[in-house]
Amino acid sequence: MNDQSPLLSVKDLKAYFHLDEGIVKAVDGVTFEVRPGEVLGIVGESGCGKSVTMKAILRILEPPGKIENGEIIWNRTVSAQNNSTVEETINLTKLDPHGKAMRAIRGAEIALIPQEPMSAFSPVHTIGNQLIEAIMLHRTTNKREARQIAIDLLRDVGIPMPAERLTAYSWQLSGGLRQRAIIAMALSCNPRLLIADEPTTAVDVTTQAQVLRLLRELQAKRNAAIIFITHDLGVIAQVADYVVVMYLGLVMEQGPVDDIFHAPKHPYTQALLRSIPSVHSTPREELPTISGSIPHPFNKPRGCPFHPRCERAIEGRCDQRTPALQPVGDRQLASCFLYHDVERSS
Amino acid sequence: MTDTPSSPVTPLLDVKHLRKYFPIVSGDFRRKVTGNVRAVDDVSFFINEGETLGLVGESGCGKTTASRCVLRAYVPTGGEMLFRNADGSIVDLATLSRAGLKPIRSQIQMIFQDPYASLNPRMTLFDIVGEPLLMNGMKDRKQRTERVAELLKLVGLRPEFLQRFPHAFSGGQRQRIGIARALASSPRLVVADEPVSALDVSVQAQILNLLLELQNELHLTYLFVAHNLSVVKHICDRVTVMYVGKIVETAETQELFRAPRHPYAAALMLAVPVADPRVKSGDVELKGDVPSPANPPPGCYFHPRCPFAIDRCKVDAPEYREITPGHFVSCHRADELELAGVAT
Repeated sequence: MNDQSPLLSVKDLKAYFHLDEGIVKAVDGVTFEVRPGEVLGIVGESGCGKSVTMKAILRILEPPGKIENGEIIWNRTVSAQNNSTVEETINLTKLDPHGKAMRAIRGAEIALIPQEPMSAFSPVHTIGNQLIEAIMLHRTTNKREARQIAIDLLRDVGIPMPAERLTAYSWQLSGGLRQRAIIAMALSCNPRLLIADEPTTAVDVTTQAQVLRLLRELQAKRNAAIIFITHDLGVIAQVADYVVVMYLGLVMEQGPVDDIFHAPKHPYTQALLRSIPSVHSTPREELPTISGSIPHPFNKPRGCPFHPRCERAIEGRCDQRTPALQPVGDRQLASCFLYHDVERSS
Repeated sequence: MTDTPSSPVTPLLDVKHLRKYFPIVSGDFRRKVTGNVRAVDDVSFFINEGETLGLVGESGCGKTTASRCVLRAYVPTGGEMLFRNADGSIVDLATLSRAGLKPIRSQIQMIFQDPYASLNPRMTLFDIVGEPLLMNGMKDRKQRTERVAELLKLVGLRPEFLQRFPHAFSGGQRQRIGIARALASSPRLVVADEPVSALDVSVQAQILNLLLELQNELHLTYLFVAHNLSVVKHICDRVTVMYVGKIVETAETQELFRAPRHPYAAALMLAVPVADPRVKSGDVELKGDVPSPANPPPGCYFHPRCPFAIDRCKVDAPEYREITPGHFVSCHRADELELAGVAT
């Protein structure tokens, strides 16, 4: 989008789950950057590691999950004395997940919009109670001021009668309003990065359209960056500027949204885009499919994780060695031996 | 309502003025019915033999309730559901007794949404797929084994899997098992309630292809309940759009997507995000939320959200009428509105 330095850069992140049955390599070397004001879409099917990546960034990965390797670099500008600003970089993987430093970032600088608005709110506290708590924790200690900020937030996200809604419980709101309230909560501390984990999967299409529009408006107004995690290629095409395609814990391809949808390089991205029925496709025509199904995490195939399902797999190469993520165009990268011969160092 | 939509040939299933109300009971000691949730309210549609009718709408619109009434999992509050038997005789599913339903049950089967919840984890594939056969009097185990193996092959699973349990299979394979079970009793009508929405994107296409293949091979009739319009457009011959317990529009798939006549159907189509960043979509001026079927607004149920609503819409409920052959709409302004579709 621009040549600004990235807000967040994830470098070779590995997050494993140590289970009795063995190690599940949920995220196995993921690299991407988020720039200020950009919407980064992470798309992938179940088990691709998109949610674990999100949890690793927020440092809320619960045991037996553990970050094994890699860096999560958070760049922030801190106002110093005499009104100048100082660039500061923090490696989030080095912080104590329960420590003061991480808690000051989580929620305040990096906020989460969770998938299920119903389970994200406490049913026994009012919306206002929960919003004001977050604001008083990070922004102000004055309760009256916090209350006013909460009302403004609810108005910003398009909730009618915001002052009255403060006393409502989450279960009294409809699905659409609840999703808006969750967005207000995530925005309560003016975060510079919003992580939206499947924010519209649980809602209907017309509500989804409202929520997506709201997110786009808020993003433009506040110039926040968003990491948008979803399995819906339609949603990604409509909201993202830059797309990361994941499969079994690895980044298959990443690039600007137009390149991903109009010039996909990786066979997985190509096959995925072909296999979805569209409102523009010919009805009742056989859809091109991806053979087989996603392997169980314990039996991850050797070499490129996609090779058993790939039509263009090269024998002796793709089933033996894992390709590295290499540039294949302007800002577009793919991990596939069709384009280069660089192997991943493990 | 004057007449119900009817088809030139005798349809396989002809649903007329179907109603299903769920009572709202309140009071702790003296239980009193204080109202009704009108989940399905005066719904009429027909399905011809060999075709696929899509039933779409947002959550709470009554599409699942309507399909369950067809299966007689629910006893309808009112209306008729005329089902044509293989010999041409017609029975009304709505009023049939338990005993009377028994011979019909094998002819109407269901494919479920979530293949992780719909298969008994303690039963082997042989038991799961063979159970309907046993229920329909196939007592001989050897004969049953042969038929189950045949069914598994039909849905693209290897017959060697016979003695395995569902946990050994992936989501797509499980859905194939569910389909095999539904087909075991050689049904003529299959009700598929969101059969692909719980599956991964790369597996959805496989199941959709399988459903189309099976339809051609076995001359099946589908009632396809879904909320994903792209999937519906791909698989259905005709589509019925529901909103708060009522049908707003029914038309042939191509026609509905090219030229919808009801503002809600049009908005629903435009709300679907298209997997192409160059096509701007998902932008609709549809405010507010779906009203509760327990307390719907007066007049046309859609009027509070409708950008084209006039005064008449607030008081007068529109009639569900045929505006061109095979195209049914319930909107006062259907003839004058020029609505944009999504298909070309």
